[in-house]
Amino acid sequence: MNSDKITKTVLFSVSILILMLAAGMLYSLVGGAIPAFKEFGLKFIFSGEWNPTEGEEKYGALPFIVGTLMTSFGALILCLPLSFSTSLFLGEYFRGTRVARILGLLVDLLAGIPSIVYGLWGFYVLRPALIEIGFGGRGFGIFTAALILAVMIIPYATSLSNEIISMVPNDLKEAAYSLGATRLEVITSVTIPNARSGIVAGYILAFGRALGETMAVTMLIGNTNQIPTSFFGTGNTMASVIANQFGEADGLKLSSLIAIGLLLFLITGIINAAGKLIIKKMN
Amino acid sequence: MKSTFAWKDHTSRRLLKDKAVLVGVVVLSLITISPIVLIISKLVVEGYQQISLDFLIENTPDTFEAMTAVANGENIPGGIANGIVGTLLMVVLASAIAIPIGVLTGIYLYENQGKFMANLTRNISDILQGVPSIVLGLISYLWVVKHITNGFSALAGSVSLAIMMLPMIVRSTEETLKMIPQTLKEAALALGVPYHKVILKVLVPTGFSGLSTGILLGISRILGETAPLLLTALGSSIINLDITQPTSAVPLLIWEFYNDPNMIGLIWSSSLLLMAIVLILNIVSKQIAGKRN
Repeated sequence: MNSDKITKTVLFSVSILILMLAAGMLYSLVGGAIPAFKEFGLKFIFSGEWNPTEGEEKYGALPFIVGTLMTSFGALILCLPLSFSTSLFLGEYFRGTRVARILGLLVDLLAGIPSIVYGLWGFYVLRPALIEIGFGGRGFGIFTAALILAVMIIPYATSLSNEIISMVPNDLKEAAYSLGATRLEVITSVTIPNARSGIVAGYILAFGRALGETMAVTMLIGNTNQIPTSFFGTGNTMASVIANQFGEADGLKLSSLIAIGLLLFLITGIINAAGKLIIKKMN
Repeated sequence: MKSTFAWKDHTSRRLLKDKAVLVGVVVLSLITISPIVLIISKLVVEGYQQISLDFLIENTPDTFEAMTAVANGENIPGGIANGIVGTLLMVVLASAIAIPIGVLTGIYLYENQGKFMANLTRNISDILQGVPSIVLGLISYLWVVKHITNGFSALAGSVSLAIMMLPMIVRSTEETLKMIPQTLKEAALALGVPYHKVILKVLVPTGFSGLSTGILLGISRILGETAPLLLTALGSSIINLDITQPTSAVPLLIWEFYNDPNMIGLIWSSSLLLMAIVLILNIVSKQIAGKRN
Protein backbone atom coordinates (compact mmCIF):
# COMPACT_ATOMS: atom_id res chain seq x y z
CA MET A 1 0.00 0.00 0.00
CA ASN A 2 1.51 3.33 -0.93
CA SER A 3 1.50 6.32 1.32
CA ASP A 4 -1.18 8.19 -0.62
CA LYS A 5 -3.59 5.38 -0.07
CA ILE A 6 -2.81 5.32 3.65
CA THR A 7 -3.47 9.06 3.90
CA LYS A 8 -6.76 8.71 2.08
CA THR A 9 -7.79 5.83 4.33
CA VAL A 10 -6.92 7.83 7.46
CA LEU A 11 -8.98 10.81 6.26
CA PHE A 12 -11.89 8.58 5.35
CA SER A 13 -11.89 6.70 8.64
CA VAL A 14 -11.79 9.92 10.64
CA SER A 15 -14.92 11.13 8.90
CA ILE A 16 -16.53 7.75 9.55
CA LEU A 17 -15.69 8.46 13.18
CA ILE A 18 -17.88 11.57 13.07
CA LEU A 19 -20.78 9.54 11.73
CA MET A 20 -20.21 6.87 14.38
CA LEU A 21 -20.09 9.58 17.02
CA ALA A 22 -23.53 10.84 16.02
CA ALA A 23 -24.95 7.33 15.74
CA GLY A 24 -23.41 6.40 19.09
CA MET A 25 -24.94 9.44 20.74
CA LEU A 26 -28.39 8.51 19.50
CA TYR A 27 -27.86 4.86 20.46
CA SER A 28 -26.76 5.69 24.01
CA LEU A 29 -29.57 8.17 24.61
CA VAL A 30 -32.16 5.72 23.33
CA GLY A 31 -30.61 2.95 25.44
CA GLY A 32 -30.67 5.13 28.55
CA ALA A 33 -34.23 6.23 27.90
CA ILE A 34 -35.68 2.74 27.37
CA PRO A 35 -36.54 2.04 31.06
CA ALA A 36 -38.56 5.27 31.24
CA PHE A 37 -40.43 4.59 28.00
CA LYS A 38 -41.01 0.95 29.06
CA GLU A 39 -42.53 2.09 32.31
CA PHE A 40 -44.66 4.95 31.05
CA GLY A 41 -44.96 4.30 27.33
CA LEU A 42 -45.73 7.22 25.10
CA LYS A 43 -47.57 8.77 28.02
CA PHE A 44 -44.13 9.90 29.15
CA ILE A 45 -44.32 12.65 26.56
CA PHE A 46 -47.91 13.64 27.26
CA SER A 47 -48.08 13.30 31.02
CA GLY A 48 -47.80 16.40 33.18
CA GLU A 49 -46.97 14.56 36.36
CA TRP A 50 -43.48 14.63 37.91
CA ASN A 51 -43.51 12.76 41.18
CA PRO A 52 -40.21 11.44 42.53
CA THR A 53 -41.70 10.02 45.76
CA GLU A 54 -40.33 6.51 46.15
CA GLY A 55 -42.84 3.73 45.49
CA GLU A 56 -45.18 5.93 43.49
CA GLU A 57 -42.71 7.41 41.04
CA LYS A 58 -44.36 8.97 38.01
CA TYR A 59 -42.53 10.98 35.42
CA GLY A 60 -43.87 12.94 32.47
CA ALA A 61 -42.01 15.33 30.22
CA LEU A 62 -44.91 17.59 29.25
CA PRO A 63 -44.27 20.36 31.84
CA PHE A 64 -40.73 20.72 30.53
CA ILE A 65 -41.64 20.51 26.86
CA VAL A 66 -44.22 23.25 27.41
CA GLY A 67 -41.74 25.26 29.50
CA THR A 68 -39.08 24.94 26.81
CA LEU A 69 -41.41 26.03 24.03
CA MET A 70 -42.75 28.95 26.06
CA THR A 71 -39.32 30.31 27.00
CA SER A 72 -37.88 29.80 23.52
CA PHE A 73 -40.81 31.36 21.67
CA GLY A 74 -40.90 34.15 24.21
CA ALA A 75 -37.19 34.74 23.67
CA LEU A 76 -37.65 34.72 19.90
CA ILE A 77 -40.42 37.32 20.05
CA LEU A 78 -38.52 39.51 22.52
CA CYS A 79 -35.31 39.37 20.49
CA LEU A 80 -36.97 40.02 17.13
CA PRO A 81 -37.25 43.84 17.19
CA LEU A 82 -33.75 44.18 18.66
CA SER A 83 -31.91 41.77 16.41
CA PHE A 84 -33.77 42.80 13.28
CA SER A 85 -32.96 46.46 13.87
CA THR A 86 -29.36 45.50 14.45
CA SER A 87 -29.26 43.55 11.19
CA LEU A 88 -30.62 46.58 9.33
CA PHE A 89 -28.10 48.81 11.10
CA LEU A 90 -25.20 46.53 10.14
CA GLY A 91 -26.33 45.30 6.74
CA GLU A 92 -28.20 48.27 5.31
CA TYR A 93 -28.12 51.67 6.99
CA PHE A 94 -24.49 51.78 8.11
CA ARG A 95 -23.00 49.00 6.02
CA GLY A 96 -19.21 49.10 5.86
CA THR A 97 -18.79 52.05 8.20
CA ARG A 98 -16.61 52.18 11.28
CA VAL A 99 -19.66 52.45 13.55
CA ALA A 100 -21.08 49.27 12.06
CA ARG A 101 -17.79 47.44 12.59
CA ILE A 102 -17.71 48.37 16.26
CA LEU A 103 -21.37 47.51 16.76
CA GLY A 104 -20.84 44.21 14.96
CA LEU A 105 -17.89 43.40 17.21
CA LEU A 106 -19.95 44.12 20.33
CA VAL A 107 -22.81 41.94 19.09
CA ASP A 108 -20.31 39.14 18.45
CA LEU A 109 -18.99 39.53 21.96
CA LEU A 110 -22.51 38.88 23.27
CA ALA A 111 -22.08 35.36 21.90
CA GLY A 112 -18.86 34.99 23.87
CA ILE A 113 -20.39 35.61 27.30
CA PRO A 114 -20.73 32.30 29.15
CA SER A 115 -24.26 31.18 29.97
CA ILE A 116 -23.55 31.18 33.69
CA VAL A 117 -22.45 34.83 33.60
CA TYR A 118 -25.72 35.73 31.87
CA GLY A 119 -27.47 33.82 34.63
CA LEU A 120 -25.66 35.75 37.36
CA TRP A 121 -26.42 39.06 35.71
CA GLY A 122 -30.04 38.06 35.28
CA PHE A 123 -30.26 36.99 38.91
CA TYR A 124 -28.53 39.98 40.49
CA VAL A 125 -29.44 42.80 38.08
CA LEU A 126 -32.37 41.93 35.83
CA ARG A 127 -34.50 40.16 38.44
CA PRO A 128 -34.34 42.99 41.03
CA ALA A 129 -35.11 45.45 38.23
CA LEU A 130 -38.20 43.44 37.26
CA ILE A 131 -39.36 43.34 40.88
CA GLU A 132 -38.86 47.10 41.02
CA ILE A 133 -41.20 47.71 38.10
CA GLY A 134 -43.91 45.67 39.75
CA PHE A 135 -43.20 42.13 38.59
CA GLY A 136 -44.93 39.71 40.94
CA GLY A 137 -43.29 37.18 43.23
CA ARG A 138 -39.55 37.08 43.49
CA GLY A 139 -38.90 37.92 39.89
CA PHE A 140 -38.35 34.32 38.78
CA GLY A 141 -40.29 32.81 35.92
CA ILE A 142 -40.70 32.05 32.28
CA PHE A 143 -40.70 35.72 31.30
CA THR A 144 -37.44 36.46 33.14
CA ALA A 145 -35.80 33.43 31.56
CA ALA A 146 -37.11 34.39 28.11
CA LEU A 147 -35.76 37.90 28.54
CA ILE A 148 -32.20 36.74 29.26
CA LEU A 149 -32.48 34.10 26.50
CA ALA A 150 -33.51 36.85 24.08
CA VAL A 151 -30.24 38.67 24.78
CA MET A 152 -28.29 35.42 24.44
CA ILE A 153 -29.66 34.53 21.00
CA ILE A 154 -29.35 38.02 19.51
CA PRO A 155 -25.90 37.35 18.00
CA TYR A 156 -27.11 34.14 16.33
CA ALA A 157 -30.24 35.80 14.98
CA THR A 158 -28.32 38.85 13.81
CA SER A 159 -25.25 37.42 12.13
CA LEU A 160 -26.99 35.44 9.39
CA SER A 161 -29.70 37.99 8.53
CA ASN A 162 -27.17 40.81 8.53
CA GLU A 163 -25.04 38.87 6.06
CA ILE A 164 -27.99 38.08 3.82
CA ILE A 165 -29.33 41.64 3.95
CA SER A 166 -25.98 43.07 2.92
CA MET A 167 -25.86 40.64 -0.01
CA VAL A 168 -29.05 41.95 -1.66
CA PRO A 169 -27.82 43.27 -5.04
CA ASN A 170 -27.36 47.04 -5.22
CA ASP A 171 -28.91 47.18 -8.72
CA LEU A 172 -32.28 46.17 -7.33
CA LYS A 173 -32.14 48.77 -4.61
CA GLU A 174 -30.97 51.47 -7.01
CA ALA A 175 -33.83 50.69 -9.35
CA ALA A 176 -36.25 51.30 -6.52
CA TYR A 177 -34.49 54.52 -5.50
CA SER A 178 -34.64 55.78 -9.07
CA LEU A 179 -38.40 55.36 -8.96
CA GLY A 180 -38.45 57.75 -6.00
CA ALA A 181 -38.69 55.25 -3.19
CA THR A 182 -37.50 56.29 0.25
CA ARG A 183 -34.97 54.16 2.07
CA LEU A 184 -37.68 52.58 4.21
CA GLU A 185 -39.67 51.70 1.09
CA VAL A 186 -36.57 50.13 -0.46
CA ILE A 187 -36.10 48.06 2.67
CA THR A 188 -39.70 46.87 2.87
CA SER A 189 -40.23 46.28 -0.84
CA VAL A 190 -36.78 45.16 -2.06
CA THR A 191 -34.38 44.19 0.72
CA ILE A 192 -36.67 42.17 2.97
CA PRO A 193 -38.46 40.21 0.20
CA ASN A 194 -35.08 39.31 -1.31
CA ALA A 195 -33.51 38.30 1.97
CA ARG A 196 -36.61 36.68 3.43
CA SER A 197 -35.61 33.03 3.49
CA GLY A 198 -32.16 33.82 4.88
CA ILE A 199 -33.67 35.89 7.64
CA VAL A 200 -36.13 33.11 8.49
CA ALA A 201 -33.32 30.55 8.56
CA GLY A 202 -31.32 32.75 10.94
CA TYR A 203 -34.23 32.97 13.36
CA ILE A 204 -34.83 29.22 13.18
CA LEU A 205 -31.21 28.57 14.12
CA ALA A 206 -31.44 31.12 16.93
CA PHE A 207 -34.58 29.36 18.15
CA GLY A 208 -32.63 26.09 18.16
CA ARG A 209 -30.01 27.75 20.37
CA ALA A 210 -32.67 28.95 22.79
CA LEU A 211 -34.14 25.45 23.16
CA GLY A 212 -30.97 24.02 24.66
CA GLU A 213 -29.63 26.86 26.80
CA THR A 214 -29.21 25.58 30.31
CA MET A 215 -27.47 27.55 33.04
CA ALA A 216 -28.97 31.02 32.65
CA VAL A 217 -32.46 29.53 32.34
CA THR A 218 -31.95 27.26 35.34
CA MET A 219 -31.00 30.25 37.46
CA LEU A 220 -34.02 32.34 36.50
CA ILE A 221 -37.00 30.17 35.62
CA GLY A 222 -38.02 29.27 39.16
CA ASN A 223 -37.63 25.50 38.77
CA THR A 224 -41.14 24.19 39.39
CA ASN A 225 -42.25 20.91 37.88
CA GLN A 226 -45.87 21.69 36.98
CA ILE A 227 -47.12 22.64 33.53
CA PRO A 228 -46.68 26.40 33.43
CA THR A 229 -50.00 28.19 33.37
CA SER A 230 -48.91 31.69 32.48
CA PHE A 231 -46.08 33.46 30.74
CA PHE A 232 -45.28 35.18 34.01
CA GLY A 233 -45.40 32.03 36.16
CA THR A 234 -42.53 29.75 37.08
CA GLY A 235 -41.60 26.55 35.28
CA ASN A 236 -38.72 24.43 34.09
CA THR A 237 -37.29 23.69 30.66
CA MET A 238 -36.04 20.33 29.40
CA ALA A 239 -32.44 21.47 29.77
CA SER A 240 -32.94 23.08 33.17
CA VAL A 241 -34.68 20.07 34.70
CA ILE A 242 -31.76 17.86 33.66
CA ALA A 243 -29.26 20.26 35.22
CA ASN A 244 -31.39 20.61 38.32
CA GLN A 245 -32.36 17.06 39.12
CA PHE A 246 -29.41 15.11 37.75
CA GLY A 247 -27.40 15.26 40.98
CA GLU A 248 -29.74 13.09 43.03
CA ALA A 249 -31.00 10.95 40.18
CA ASP A 250 -30.74 7.21 39.71
CA GLY A 251 -32.88 4.37 38.43
CA LEU A 252 -36.14 5.41 36.85
CA LYS A 253 -35.58 9.11 37.47
CA LEU A 254 -32.20 9.04 35.75
CA SER A 255 -33.73 7.20 32.82
CA SER A 256 -36.51 9.79 32.63
CA LEU A 257 -33.97 12.61 32.57
CA ILE A 258 -32.06 10.85 29.79
CA ALA A 259 -35.35 10.43 27.93
CA ILE A 260 -35.88 14.19 28.22
CA GLY A 261 -32.32 14.62 26.90
CA LEU A 262 -33.21 12.36 23.96
CA LEU A 263 -36.31 14.43 23.17
CA LEU A 264 -34.25 17.62 23.38
CA PHE A 265 -31.61 16.07 21.09
CA LEU A 266 -34.27 15.15 18.53
CA ILE A 267 -36.10 18.49 18.67
CA THR A 268 -32.94 20.59 18.30
CA GLY A 269 -31.72 18.23 15.57
CA ILE A 270 -34.92 18.74 13.56
CA ILE A 271 -34.94 22.51 14.08
CA ASN A 272 -31.30 22.81 13.01
CA ALA A 273 -31.78 20.57 10.01
CA ALA A 274 -34.74 22.73 8.93
CA GLY A 275 -32.68 25.91 9.25
CA LYS A 276 -29.78 24.42 7.29
CA LEU A 277 -32.15 23.13 4.60
CA ILE A 278 -33.54 26.62 4.01
CA ILE A 279 -30.02 28.03 3.75
CA LYS A 280 -29.06 25.31 1.28
CA LYS A 281 -32.15 25.97 -0.85
CA MET A 282 -31.14 29.63 -1.10
CA ASN A 283 -27.71 28.94 -2.54
CA MET B 1 -53.10 73.96 -6.57
CA LYS B 2 -55.01 71.70 -4.30
CA SER B 3 -53.58 68.54 -5.79
CA THR B 4 -49.98 69.80 -5.39
CA PHE B 5 -50.56 70.33 -1.69
CA ALA B 6 -51.92 66.84 -1.33
CA TRP B 7 -48.85 65.46 -3.10
CA LYS B 8 -46.51 67.42 -0.84
CA ASP B 9 -48.37 66.22 2.20
CA HIS B 10 -48.10 62.64 1.09
CA THR B 11 -44.38 62.91 0.36
CA SER B 12 -43.54 64.58 3.61
CA ARG B 13 -45.41 61.85 5.45
CA ARG B 14 -43.33 59.25 3.62
CA LEU B 15 -40.10 61.09 4.43
CA LEU B 16 -41.13 61.46 8.05
CA LYS B 17 -41.86 57.75 8.30
CA ASP B 18 -38.47 57.03 6.73
CA LYS B 19 -36.69 59.16 9.34
CA ALA B 20 -38.73 57.72 12.20
CA VAL B 21 -37.76 54.16 11.26
CA LEU B 22 -34.09 55.15 11.00
CA VAL B 23 -34.22 56.62 14.51
CA GLY B 24 -36.00 53.49 15.73
CA VAL B 25 -33.34 51.21 14.21
CA VAL B 26 -30.50 53.19 15.79
CA VAL B 27 -32.17 53.25 19.22
CA LEU B 28 -33.00 49.54 19.17
CA SER B 29 -29.47 48.68 17.98
CA LEU B 30 -28.02 50.61 20.90
CA ILE B 31 -30.36 48.75 23.27
CA THR B 32 -29.14 45.49 21.72
CA ILE B 33 -25.54 46.10 22.68
CA SER B 34 -26.29 47.63 26.08
CA PRO B 35 -26.23 44.25 27.91
CA ILE B 36 -22.58 43.67 27.04
CA VAL B 37 -21.62 47.05 28.49
CA LEU B 38 -23.83 46.55 31.54
CA ILE B 39 -22.58 43.01 32.20
CA ILE B 40 -18.89 43.85 31.88
CA SER B 41 -19.19 46.96 34.04
CA LYS B 42 -21.09 45.00 36.71
CA LEU B 43 -18.36 42.33 36.74
CA VAL B 44 -15.58 44.91 36.98
CA VAL B 45 -17.24 47.01 39.69
CA GLU B 46 -18.15 44.04 41.89
CA GLY B 47 -15.20 41.81 41.15
CA TYR B 48 -11.99 43.79 40.99
CA GLN B 49 -11.39 43.99 44.76
CA GLN B 50 -11.07 40.22 45.12
CA ILE B 51 -8.57 39.84 42.31
CA SER B 52 -5.07 39.35 43.71
CA LEU B 53 -2.21 36.91 43.46
CA ASP B 54 -3.78 34.77 46.22
CA PHE B 55 -6.96 34.59 44.19
CA LEU B 56 -5.03 32.95 41.38
CA ILE B 57 -2.82 30.57 43.36
CA GLU B 58 -4.91 29.39 46.33
CA ASN B 59 -7.68 26.84 46.55
CA THR B 60 -11.27 27.70 47.36
CA PRO B 61 -11.97 28.33 51.04
CA ASP B 62 -14.64 26.35 52.85
CA THR B 63 -17.94 27.95 53.71
CA PHE B 64 -16.96 28.57 57.32
CA GLU B 65 -13.78 30.50 56.49
CA ALA B 66 -15.73 32.60 54.02
CA MET B 67 -18.47 33.28 56.56
CA THR B 68 -15.99 34.42 59.23
CA ALA B 69 -14.22 36.72 56.79
CA VAL B 70 -17.50 38.27 55.65
CA ALA B 71 -18.60 38.72 59.27
CA ASN B 72 -15.37 40.58 60.03
CA GLY B 73 -15.78 42.74 56.96
CA GLU B 74 -12.68 41.31 55.26
CA ASN B 75 -12.15 39.96 51.78
CA ILE B 76 -12.87 36.25 51.51
CA PRO B 77 -9.53 34.39 51.78
CA GLY B 78 -8.34 31.85 49.24
CA GLY B 79 -8.85 31.75 45.53
CA ILE B 80 -9.84 29.59 42.61
CA ALA B 81 -6.59 27.84 41.72
CA ASN B 82 -8.35 24.46 41.73
CA GLY B 83 -10.79 25.79 39.15
CA ILE B 84 -8.13 27.43 36.97
CA VAL B 85 -6.00 24.28 36.89
CA GLY B 86 -9.06 22.10 36.27
CA THR B 87 -10.25 24.30 33.41
CA LEU B 88 -6.78 24.25 31.83
CA LEU B 89 -6.53 20.48 32.21
CA MET B 90 -9.91 19.82 30.64
CA VAL B 91 -9.53 22.36 27.84
CA VAL B 92 -6.09 20.98 26.89
CA LEU B 93 -7.41 17.43 26.93
CA ALA B 94 -10.52 18.37 24.95
CA SER B 95 -8.37 20.18 22.37
CA ALA B 96 -6.05 17.18 22.13
CA ILE B 97 -9.06 15.03 21.25
CA ALA B 98 -10.97 17.46 19.04
CA ILE B 99 -8.26 19.25 17.04
CA PRO B 100 -6.71 16.25 15.22
CA ILE B 101 -10.09 14.66 14.44
CA GLY B 102 -11.63 17.99 13.46
CA VAL B 103 -8.78 19.10 11.19
CA LEU B 104 -8.53 15.70 9.47
CA THR B 105 -12.29 15.62 8.90
CA GLY B 106 -12.15 19.16 7.53
CA ILE B 107 -9.42 18.09 5.09
CA TYR B 108 -11.50 15.07 4.06
CA LEU B 109 -14.52 17.30 3.37
CA TYR B 110 -12.36 19.71 1.36
CA GLU B 111 -10.84 16.92 -0.72
CA ASN B 112 -14.15 15.24 -1.50
CA GLN B 113 -16.41 18.17 -2.40
CA GLY B 114 -19.78 17.05 -3.70
CA LYS B 115 -19.37 13.38 -2.88
CA PHE B 116 -22.08 11.58 -0.94
CA MET B 117 -19.99 10.62 2.08
CA ALA B 118 -18.56 14.10 2.41
CA ASN B 119 -22.00 15.71 2.22
CA LEU B 120 -23.34 13.30 4.81
CA THR B 121 -20.44 13.95 7.16
CA ARG B 122 -20.80 17.71 6.71
CA ASN B 123 -24.52 17.63 7.47
CA ILE B 124 -24.08 15.41 10.50
CA SER B 125 -21.30 17.64 11.78
CA ASP B 126 -23.52 20.70 11.31
CA ILE B 127 -26.31 19.04 13.25
CA LEU B 128 -23.87 18.05 16.02
CA GLN B 129 -23.00 21.72 16.34
CA GLY B 130 -26.59 22.43 17.36
CA VAL B 131 -26.80 19.75 20.05
CA PRO B 132 -27.31 21.47 23.42
CA SER B 133 -24.30 21.25 25.71
CA ILE B 134 -26.33 19.62 28.48
CA VAL B 135 -27.12 16.72 26.16
CA LEU B 136 -23.40 16.33 25.46
CA GLY B 137 -22.96 16.14 29.23
CA LEU B 138 -25.49 13.30 29.37
CA ILE B 139 -23.69 11.48 26.56
CA SER B 140 -20.32 11.78 28.23
CA TYR B 141 -21.90 10.64 31.50
CA LEU B 142 -23.26 7.54 29.76
CA TRP B 143 -19.99 6.81 27.98
CA VAL B 144 -17.16 7.87 30.22
CA VAL B 145 -18.49 8.28 33.77
CA LYS B 146 -20.40 5.00 33.69
CA HIS B 147 -18.07 2.83 31.64
CA ILE B 148 -14.53 4.20 31.51
CA THR B 149 -13.63 6.06 34.68
CA ASN B 150 -16.44 4.58 36.80
CA GLY B 151 -17.07 7.91 38.41
CA PHE B 152 -17.09 11.62 37.72
CA SER B 153 -13.82 12.66 36.13
CA ALA B 154 -11.85 15.26 34.22
CA LEU B 155 -11.76 12.88 31.26
CA ALA B 156 -15.56 12.79 31.13
CA GLY B 157 -15.66 16.59 31.22
CA SER B 158 -13.09 16.78 28.42
CA VAL B 159 -15.00 14.35 26.22
CA SER B 160 -18.18 16.43 26.43
CA LEU B 161 -16.21 19.60 25.69
CA ALA B 162 -14.37 17.90 22.81
CA ILE B 163 -17.64 16.87 21.13
CA MET B 164 -18.78 20.47 21.49
CA MET B 165 -15.64 21.84 19.87
CA LEU B 166 -15.35 19.28 17.09
CA PRO B 167 -17.97 20.60 14.60
CA MET B 168 -16.59 24.14 14.86
CA ILE B 169 -13.11 22.93 13.96
CA VAL B 170 -14.38 20.75 11.10
CA ARG B 171 -16.23 23.70 9.61
CA SER B 172 -13.48 26.28 10.00
CA THR B 173 -10.89 23.87 8.57
CA GLU B 174 -12.97 23.21 5.47
CA GLU B 175 -13.79 26.89 4.97
CA THR B 176 -10.14 27.84 5.36
CA LEU B 177 -8.85 25.24 2.94
CA LYS B 178 -11.42 26.28 0.34
CA MET B 179 -9.80 29.71 0.26
CA ILE B 180 -6.29 28.38 -0.47
CA PRO B 181 -5.52 28.64 -4.21
CA GLN B 182 -5.72 25.26 -5.95
CA THR B 183 -2.49 26.05 -7.80
CA LEU B 184 -0.45 25.77 -4.60
CA LYS B 185 -1.60 22.24 -4.04
CA GLU B 186 -1.19 21.34 -7.71
CA ALA B 187 2.36 22.69 -7.73
CA ALA B 188 3.29 20.44 -4.82
CA LEU B 189 1.61 17.42 -6.39
CA ALA B 190 3.34 18.12 -9.71
CA LEU B 191 6.67 17.91 -7.92
CA GLY B 192 5.74 14.41 -6.87
CA VAL B 193 5.26 15.25 -3.21
CA PRO B 194 3.34 12.50 -1.42
CA TYR B 195 -0.20 13.34 -0.39
CA HIS B 196 0.36 13.39 3.36
CA LYS B 197 3.25 15.80 2.89
CA VAL B 198 1.09 18.09 0.76
CA ILE B 199 -1.31 18.22 3.68
CA LEU B 200 1.35 18.78 6.34
CA LYS B 201 3.67 21.10 4.42
CA VAL B 202 1.31 23.01 2.13
CA LEU B 203 -2.31 22.96 3.22
CA VAL B 204 -1.92 23.21 7.00
CA PRO B 205 0.82 25.90 7.03
CA THR B 206 -0.95 28.04 4.40
CA GLY B 207 -4.24 27.81 6.22
CA PHE B 208 -2.66 28.12 9.64
CA SER B 209 -4.20 31.44 10.60
CA GLY B 210 -7.65 30.27 9.57
CA LEU B 211 -7.26 27.02 11.48
CA SER B 212 -6.06 28.80 14.60
CA THR B 213 -8.98 31.22 14.44
CA GLY B 214 -11.41 28.31 14.43
CA ILE B 215 -9.57 26.56 17.24
CA LEU B 216 -9.37 29.68 19.41
CA LEU B 217 -13.09 30.37 18.93
CA GLY B 218 -13.81 26.75 19.82
CA ILE B 219 -11.73 27.03 22.98
CA SER B 220 -13.39 30.29 23.96
CA ARG B 221 -16.77 28.60 23.66
CA ILE B 222 -15.92 25.60 25.83
CA LEU B 223 -14.06 27.65 28.47
CA GLY B 224 -17.26 29.02 29.93
CA GLU B 225 -19.34 25.85 29.66
CA THR B 226 -20.92 24.81 32.91
CA ALA B 227 -23.84 22.52 32.17
CA PRO B 228 -21.98 19.51 30.74
CA LEU B 229 -19.37 19.68 33.51
CA LEU B 230 -22.07 19.44 36.19
CA LEU B 231 -22.87 15.99 34.81
CA THR B 232 -19.31 14.86 34.20
CA ALA B 233 -16.45 16.57 36.07
CA LEU B 234 -18.58 17.39 39.14
CA GLY B 235 -15.99 19.60 40.92
CA SER B 236 -13.31 19.31 43.56
CA SER B 237 -12.12 21.59 46.34
CA ILE B 238 -8.44 20.83 45.72
CA ILE B 239 -6.20 20.94 42.67
CA ASN B 240 -6.51 17.66 40.80
CA LEU B 241 -4.33 16.50 37.92
CA ASP B 242 -5.57 12.91 37.73
CA ILE B 243 -7.88 12.73 34.74
CA THR B 244 -9.84 9.84 36.25
CA GLN B 245 -10.84 11.88 39.30
CA PRO B 246 -13.50 14.58 39.82
CA THR B 247 -12.09 17.97 38.88
CA SER B 248 -13.13 21.55 39.32
CA ALA B 249 -13.37 24.27 36.70
CA VAL B 250 -13.86 28.03 36.90
CA PRO B 251 -17.49 27.94 35.69
CA LEU B 252 -18.24 25.06 38.08
CA LEU B 253 -16.86 27.13 40.95
CA ILE B 254 -19.06 30.07 39.95
CA TRP B 255 -22.03 27.72 40.13
CA GLU B 256 -20.93 26.50 43.59
CA PHE B 257 -20.44 30.06 44.84
CA TYR B 258 -23.85 31.00 43.49
CA ASN B 259 -25.43 28.22 45.53
CA ASP B 260 -23.58 29.12 48.75
CA PRO B 261 -24.67 32.43 50.33
CA ASN B 262 -21.34 32.80 52.15
CA MET B 263 -19.29 32.74 48.98
CA ILE B 264 -21.12 35.43 47.04
CA GLY B 265 -18.06 37.66 47.32
CA LEU B 266 -16.14 35.29 45.06
CA ILE B 267 -18.77 35.08 42.31
CA TRP B 268 -17.95 38.34 40.60
CA SER B 269 -14.19 38.06 40.65
CA SER B 270 -14.33 34.52 39.22
CA SER B 271 -16.76 35.65 36.53
CA LEU B 272 -14.60 38.66 35.76
CA LEU B 273 -11.56 36.43 35.26
CA LEU B 274 -13.51 33.98 33.09
CA MET B 275 -15.02 36.77 30.99
CA ALA B 276 -11.65 38.45 30.54
CA ILE B 277 -10.06 35.27 29.21
CA VAL B 278 -12.99 34.46 26.93
CA LEU B 279 -13.14 37.99 25.52
CA ILE B 280 -9.38 38.17 24.96
CA LEU B 281 -9.47 34.84 23.08
CA ASN B 282 -12.41 36.11 21.04
CA ILE B 283 -10.71 39.36 20.11
CA VAL B 284 -7.37 37.70 19.36
CA SER B 285 -9.02 35.21 17.03
CA LYS B 286 -10.94 37.99 15.28
CA GLN B 287 -7.67 39.90 14.86
CA ILE B 288 -6.01 36.88 13.26
CA ALA B 289 -9.02 36.43 10.97
CA GLY B 290 -9.04 40.14 10.14
CA LYS B 291 -5.35 40.18 9.17
CA ARG B 292 -5.89 37.29 6.82
CA ASN B 293 -8.56 39.08 4.84
